Amino acid sequence: MAELTPKERMAIGRHEMPVQDEKVRAGNFDEVALGYSQETAIREAERCLQCKKPQCVEGCPVGVRIPQFIKALREGKMAEAVKEMKAKNNLPAICGRVCPQESQCEGRCILGKKSKPVAIGRLERFVGDFELTQRTCPLVRAKSTGKKVAIVGSGPAGLTCAVDMGREGHSVTIFESLHVAGGVLVYGIPEFRLPKRVVHAEIDYAMDCLGIEIKTDYVIGRTLTLKDILEEFDAIFIGSGAGLPMFLRVPGINLNGVMSANEFLTRVNLMMGYLFPEYDTPVKIGKKVAVIGAGNVAMDAARCSLRLQTMQSGGHNPGEVHIVYRRSRQEVPARDEEVHHAEEEGIIFDFLTNPVEILGDDKGAVRGMRCVKMQLAEPDASGRRKPVPIEGSEFDMELDTVIVALGTSPNPLVFVDAAELQRTKHGTVIADPITGKTTVDKVWAGGDVVTGAATVISAMGAGKRAAADMHKFLSA
Amino acid sequence: MSEFGKGYRILKKEILSDVTKLMIIEAPQVAKKAQAGQFIIIKIDSKGERIPLTIADYDREAGTITLIFQEVGKSTIHLGTLNEGDTVDTFVGPLGHPTEIKNYGTVMCVGGGVGIAPIYPIARALKEAGNEVISIIGARNKSLLFWEDKMRAASDELIVCTDDGSYGRKCLVTDPLKEIIGGGKKVAQVWAIGPAIMMKFVTLATRPLNVPTIVSLNTIMIDGTGMCGGCRVPLKEGAQFVCVDGPEFDGHAVEWDSLLGRLQFYRDEEKIAADRFKHECNLDKAMRRQ
Ligand SMILES: Cc1cc2nc3c(=O)[nH]c(=O)nc-3n(C[C@H](O)[C@H](O)[C@H](O)COP(=O)(O)OP(=O)(O)OC[C@H]3O[C@@H](n4cnc5c(N)ncnc54)[C@H](O)[C@@H]3O)c2cc1C
Ligand SMILES: Cc1cc2nc3c(=O)[nH]c(=O)nc-3n(C[C@H](O)[C@H](O)[C@H](O)COP(=O)(O)OP(=O)(O)OC[C@H]3O[C@@H](n4cnc5c(N)ncnc54)[C@H](O)[C@@H]3O)c2cc1C
Ligand code: SF4
Ligand code: SF4
Ligand code: FES
Repeated sequence: MAELTPKERMAIGRHEMPVQDEKVRAGNFDEVALGYSQETAIREAERCLQCKKPQCVEGCPVGVRIPQFIKALREGKMAEAVKEMKAKNNLPAICGRVCPQESQCEGRCILGKKSKPVAIGRLERFVGDFELTQRTCPLVRAKSTGKKVAIVGSGPAGLTCAVDMGREGHSVTIFESLHVAGGVLVYGIPEFRLPKRVVHAEIDYAMDCLGIEIKTDYVIGRTLTLKDILEEFDAIFIGSGAGLPMFLRVPGINLNGVMSANEFLTRVNLMMGYLFPEYDTPVKIGKKVAVIGAGNVAMDAARCSLRLQTMQSGGHNPGEVHIVYRRSRQEVPARDEEVHHAEEEGIIFDFLTNPVEILGDDKGAVRGMRCVKMQLAEPDASGRRKPVPIEGSEFDMELDTVIVALGTSPNPLVFVDAAELQRTKHGTVIADPITGKTTVDKVWAGGDVVTGAATVISAMGAGKRAAADMHKFLSA
Repeated sequence: MSEFGKGYRILKKEILSDVTKLMIIEAPQVAKKAQAGQFIIIKIDSKGERIPLTIADYDREAGTITLIFQEVGKSTIHLGTLNEGDTVDTFVGPLGHPTEIKNYGTVMCVGGGVGIAPIYPIARALKEAGNEVISIIGARNKSLLFWEDKMRAASDELIVCTDDGSYGRKCLVTDPLKEIIGGGKKVAQVWAIGPAIMMKFVTLATRPLNVPTIVSLNTIMIDGTGMCGGCRVPLKEGAQFVCVDGPEFDGHAVEWDSLLGRLQFYRDEEKIAADRFKHECNLDKAMRRQ
């Protein structure tokens, strides 16, 4: 095929992602976005202008070689596309699905100025999925260095650090407190956004190639402490995430029917509660559900609620799921695509609304929630518009389930017996922003445990940078 | 593989009563750190749920943990069907804080039903620390009692009672408790472990006399590491997580009615799961008979 001119490239419209019909998908946990066909992927790749100074790469927290992988892809050189991708990103099938591309790579794509950006995330997913089945570019392990590295936590930060350390020839052991590896990727993000088979396959791939050992059922701070680990290993990376849920401080929070998004999502995703009673862990969903908060976690909780309602009512869903958020639409922190999908599926958004009390019945179960209407004040010094209650605007919502998705902080369990490891007053680990080095000898940290709840790709970036520094330390 | 079927082996199984079983399970990494008052989380197979069980005993050298459980629903009934040599998928711990053992003077240990299992290592440790230990164990009837001999050895005095009088005194555990602390005996601290309703009444009995009372709460759990908040318990000063802040708490600070309500939340689902399991077991048996 003849080379296209830039003009011709720009004339090609961005390719929509084929998705499962919204009516059908509201009743199952199958993946919503179906993925590009090879033909569509190549057509979409043709849109890229191969910029000399690609802005898109600047927008990616790990600097994926975007023009290079896209070029290889459109020339049909899949193995090369994979190689370019894997040079910076070990988990493309995951990032392609869950990165907030609109505020990262795609947000900077030059095409976005005039029309719509290249669908970098979707192309990345295409390359990642190809590789999971083809394995063209097996990760290779350098000659053994004889050094032992321990990784605490098997989320994206820990996994990325493990892979990079494994490649360098260090012997790597991951300690994970849950019974499966993957962190938020398996216990938080639902099947319909990120199928578990994709996560397991990415992990198995890396483990097979590099001989990394994953010890599940090891709670650091209990089964072993960091001190115990330091006696046996030459370096430690802590990637234990930010898994401690925050609860609202309002009356009624201990009523039956109020749960944290973490509990709800863990029951649904990790324990496969949506398949109860085939799986043993139950998950109870009411007919009228309110999810408090509007981040990715809240969207996931709301969309899982809707699916459970539909499944439990046998098809036609007579229930309601609300997102209750104290700011306005503009401030919603969740990914665009998630908000869009949630709206399509019929989630009701109550903006500028803040709960003041959860109301219970005489049996101690939720019957409703008292809320107050909010308005946004003038921007303060930081430019943020603070929501303030409108006096006298209280009203009651009738509900039977309340899911609290107000954010999380690092779980302090891992720091038992590690008083020397300095942390901020928010409980996050103090670490060098580049290298991830903590205040304790031989200990690095990265991901949500350092930054507080952030993104998959920023956690991966932190794991990567720490691995580079750890390798330097171990080779010295 | 990302989910290792490591398999923790059941080395020994013993039937303590119609519905109570003891199992010794191989888990050296847990045994190494285990202390009285802590618990583990067990998940039988890939479709199983994670349930908490107290460490009834441990052997660091053999690398084993002893569990005692009452068959109350799907998971515990299922566990009870496993035999020596079988394995379970997940076994994680030790979780929670250990009991604070020191010489308090005279202490009382009250165990109800399956709560006798977790109270035993506490009584034993308290006695070893030089306390005078007065223990009360009770159950609905004689067939549900176990470890009387062990409890006797771990106590200076042991009172046994049953609800129906089929063995020992016919009374609730709170009756002898009230007699002893009401009779002027100086008791420094009481430990009570058993059904939530029993622990509630023990704390009601000790409150007027201001005897500090430690209870071990058995809320519903998932992860056991502070991640879900499902185990949160309403205390007077705010909610805490039983799995990481407990499982032992000052019984006088617990909002019992709220806790009792939370334990009931999944009752319908628990029944569905148990019935389904029993049905499958019966089918299995029927098939084998053919
Ligand atoms: C519901 C939900 C949806 C999200 N959606 C998106 C999205 O669409 N896009 C996006 O980019 N980001 C999203 N995020 C955020 C993203 O998932 C996290 O920022 C990222 O997973 C952080 O990675 P991490 O490796 O630092 O920690 P985690 O993924 O949290 O992994 C930490 C691991 O450490 C383990 N661990 C913790 N304590 C111990 C201990 N004491 N001993 C042993 N192991 C321990 C945990 O069990 C866990 O497996 C979402 C988060 C949630 C909760
Ligand atoms: C820290 C801790 C330590 C524990 N130690 C022991 C132990 O050593 N031995 C033991 O037999 N049990 C112990 N339990 C209770 C045990 O976890 C539950 O009995 C078990 O989870 C029930 O699971 P199931 O599927 O068999 O029954 P389910 O189907 O879950 O429940 C069946 C019935 O038991 C009740 N129930 C459910 N969960 C609990 C609970 N957590 N406590 C009390 N009743 C419950 C339900 O209301 C229902 O009536 C402990 C609980 C905790 C939190
Ligand atoms: S890793 Fe995320 S931000 Fe980077 S290129 Fe891929 S989708 Fe974009
Ligand atoms: S900015 Fe857009 S057009 Fe330019 S190289 Fe990146 S993806 Fe291609
Ligand atoms: S069991 Fe999840 S926080 Fe305690």
